Amino acid sequence: MEAFIKHFAAQFDDTEVSEFTSTTVFKDLEEWSSLMALSVIAMVDEEYGVKIKGEDIRNAKTIEDLYNVVKSKQ
Amino acid sequence: MAFLSVKNTKITGIGACVPKLILENKQSSLFDTESLAAFINGTGVERKRKAPADTCTSDLCITAAEQLIKDLQWNKEDIDILIFVSQTPDYVLPATACVIQERLGLSTDCYAMDISLGCSGWVYGLQVVSALLQSLDKKRKALLLVGDTILKFCSESDKSTYPLFGDAGTATALEYNENTGKMYFDMHTDGSGHKAIIIEDGGFRKQVTESSFAMHNRGEGITSNNLQLILDGMDVFSFGIQRAPQSVNALIEHFQLDKEEMDYFLFHQANLFMNEKIRKKLQISLEKVPYSLKDFGNTSSATIPLTMVTQLQKDLQSRHLKNIACGFGVGLSWGSVYFETDCITVPDLIEI
Repeated sequence: MEAFIKHFAAQFDDTEVSEFTSTTVFKDLEEWSSLMALSVIAMVDEEYGVKIKGEDIRNAKTIEDLYNVVKSKQ
Repeated sequence: MAFLSVKNTKITGIGACVPKLILENKQSSLFDTESLAAFINGTGVERKRKAPADTCTSDLCITAAEQLIKDLQWNKEDIDILIFVSQTPDYVLPATACVIQERLGLSTDCYAMDISLGCSGWVYGLQVVSALLQSLDKKRKALLLVGDTILKFCSESDKSTYPLFGDAGTATALEYNENTGKMYFDMHTDGSGHKAIIIEDGGFRKQVTESSFAMHNRGEGITSNNLQLILDGMDVFSFGIQRAPQSVNALIEHFQLDKEEMDYFLFHQANLFMNEKIRKKLQISLEKVPYSLKDFGNTSSATIPLTMVTQLQKDLQSRHLKNIACGFGVGLSWGSVYFETDCITVPDLIEI
């Protein structure tokens, strides 16, 4: 989980790393955008070899929610 | 996996035609200054062409084809095959290829039909035409016309489609030739993703009703009706970065091609962010991967030939090239092709 948060946070340029925890509601972050969503999809593809869909991102609220999706697909 | 190889087919020319009207994304009311910069950085699209209401894909393709036929000094009587690949035909019926046969003045002995594919369309079309050329009794010539006026399907208040797409038509000339190398193909389909890029109403599953015209808010900055294109950018992205590299690698491996020997890798121009992910995954250097996104956007099935005409004209005209092209998108449908070109005819880009 910690590694996932680190990878997730690495996609962002302006948001403080300390803002990322398992309970962060990532879509509320100011820097969140549709392009950021694509970066996260690419990160999951590269780091975990898992293909997540738009639906997975839309249904997830927190970083942990998304981590659970990735884990379930591994 | 559908691996196919075709011999005796030579690409002898490629031409393209775009509408005159340029839409600058920096003038779009869909963005503020900050989001405009993010959009242009992400997609790579600064401007694109838009066809007026009275210009169809067929008009663009016919203009490109007429010039190409002239430059090749082809006799129209020798054109036995005409394939039109588009998702923006003139009519629901008849097939646009029939209309084009008459307008181009081709023989009534001409084999003509439409193929309804988008982003993968040029690769699929190339396979169909080259296979058809083998079964002709008199081995002669074929025209592959590929393009879309996809902006006609995009809502002006949809920032996920309207600023991204552009209109273009292309023509590829092919001839039967026994002294040419083989073309190799790797083709795929996954209909489970058919809703990732879709126009819901207006076909026969959901015929047009009054409610088809109702505008729906589908997310921030995305308002469109059910007769307009809906794009699930995340699904398409996830699909593209996985399937395009897989297909190119499968093609190289199956047909034992030497990746380093390739002069160019021609990808469907989806958007810069996705295409760069694909390029980096395949570890191909930037010089081998031309882009036409900046000035023309994503022109659906026309992207690969349009990129060749606008970015590689001199190289295509003057030397022998080994190329791999990969189209991927709506369907979902994707495929890759290895083909060689040898000093082919490439007229200047035409604007109408």
